[in-house]
Amino acid sequence: MDEITLKMLKEVADLDALPTGAYNLRENGKAAGRNTTANIDIVTKKDEPGIDIIVKPGTKNESVHIPVIISQTGLKDLVYNDFYIGEDADVVIVAGCGIHNCGGSLSQHDGIHTFHLAKNAKIRYIEKHYGEGDGTGRRVMNPSTVIYLEEGASMTMETTQIAGIDDTIRLTRAEVKAGGSLVVKEKIMTTGDQYARTDFVVDLNGEGSSANLISRSVAKDNSRQAFVSDIRGNAPCAGHSECDAIIMDNGSVSASPKLTANNIDAALIHEAAIGKIAGEQLEKMMTLGLTEAEAEEQIVNGFLS
Amino acid sequence: MLEIKNLSYRADDGAEILQDVDLTVRERFVAITGPNGGGKSTLTKLIAGLYQPTEGQILLDGVDITHMSITERARLGVSYAFQQPVRLKGLKVSDMLRLAAGKDKKNVDYCGYLSEVGLCAKDYINREINATLSGGELKRIEIAMALARSTKLTIFDEPEAGIDLWSFQSLIHVFEKMHEETQGSIIIISHQERILNIADKIVVLRDGRLVQDGTRDEVLPGLLGTTREACNVLLGKMGGTA
Repeated sequence: MDEITLKMLKEVADLDALPTGAYNLRENGKAAGRNTTANIDIVTKKDEPGIDIIVKPGTKNESVHIPVIISQTGLKDLVYNDFYIGEDADVVIVAGCGIHNCGGSLSQHDGIHTFHLAKNAKIRYIEKHYGEGDGTGRRVMNPSTVIYLEEGASMTMETTQIAGIDDTIRLTRAEVKAGGSLVVKEKIMTTGDQYARTDFVVDLNGEGSSANLISRSVAKDNSRQAFVSDIRGNAPCAGHSECDAIIMDNGSVSASPKLTANNIDAALIHEAAIGKIAGEQLEKMMTLGLTEAEAEEQIVNGFLS
Repeated sequence: MLEIKNLSYRADDGAEILQDVDLTVRERFVAITGPNGGGKSTLTKLIAGLYQPTEGQILLDGVDITHMSITERARLGVSYAFQQPVRLKGLKVSDMLRLAAGKDKKNVDYCGYLSEVGLCAKDYINREINATLSGGELKRIEIAMALARSTKLTIFDEPEAGIDLWSFQSLIHVFEKMHEETQGSIIIISHQERILNIADKIVVLRDGRLVQDGTRDEVLPGLLGTTREACNVLLGKMGGTA
């Protein structure tokens, strides 16, 4: 692996080398390494670009890493990755994508990830998007995540986009059956003239199903962000969404939360707060000896931690 | 030593909040008291740099800090524990104590600072400074931060407010310990007799003016008398007895 690939792996998947356990590394639109285990299989799709990740029922304490690195300017990459998680399995999936664009052309990665969690399966899905490079070419990522949770299945999705992605439209669609639970923790920071839109639709279809969407974002400089969510309670269920945003400079954030209750026992709550860093928060930090810029940095880092 | 000379502060609407205050602080504990709206918080915020005075001068150990920023004063050794501590989403108690102790410090005695204010480090160190903390808990964390700062001048704005279950004795112990370590001065805004009782010096502010400034023995009896007299008058009017 060259230096850029190693650095990007560190940024998106916190890896210093190829991981242990199951993995699939995709680099510049091509497979660049794969490992499977007795319980986790990875199969290349025949009809479209992408892979199937199949986790056997009952698999515990294993992880799958599927990092994607793009370092070639002008490359547009589209993949369909399908995850089949067997009953009672409990695994961690790390899917980061990094774009290093030193050229003048647009580099783009669109990943469509579909999760099928069988009864009582459980996953923690960590997704980190990162871009860098001093070229003028834009770095674009449009991830789609489609989630099907069978009875009692649970998924926690931690998604982070802190730096370097110029344009992103992030779609998440989920259907949750009885006793299933979906938690999404999203962190986004945009700078310069970047744009990020995040759009959730969650259908809570079974009794006792739940969803908790937590979005924290910071929009700096002239960047723009949009948060759109629709939690639809179609059964006795619990849904909660929370959009918390800090705007700085000329940043702009729009939040459009929507709740739809189609069942009398659907308990749905939304919270949204957008604002600048309060003067008294900065003052508190400054009384500890920090400069105003250091205070802002600490507050933003804490907010997105 | 802190020296305040002819300090005045006029609000944006032209109201005279503080007028011509002269004060020297070289004692261990200096209590600032007086009626609400008398200018107590304004005076301490002027000292910490949160407000800029309209007139006058502030010297810390002979250095003119009148026009210095909050940050510069903090670095010179001024700490400020707010009356209403702010909440900071995402930042943890440990983050704030680390920042208070100084960026270079690697081994921060989280446990020591928190136990001094009656909080168990195990339960609090990873808590976020957000709405899940009660006012009393925030207040104690604010005091723990001042302890971690350990500077030559520390200002507490009504530290006893909201610390219901924690004893005054413990709060006083914190002040004593802080002085032991810093050998500096502690300014405490308070209405509480038990706090005034430990003060080496008591300053009374009323209507933006310093009306009394002396040792505890000089000032406290008069203050208590005034309060009781006022109370008696009020009760008398209502037909009751004190």
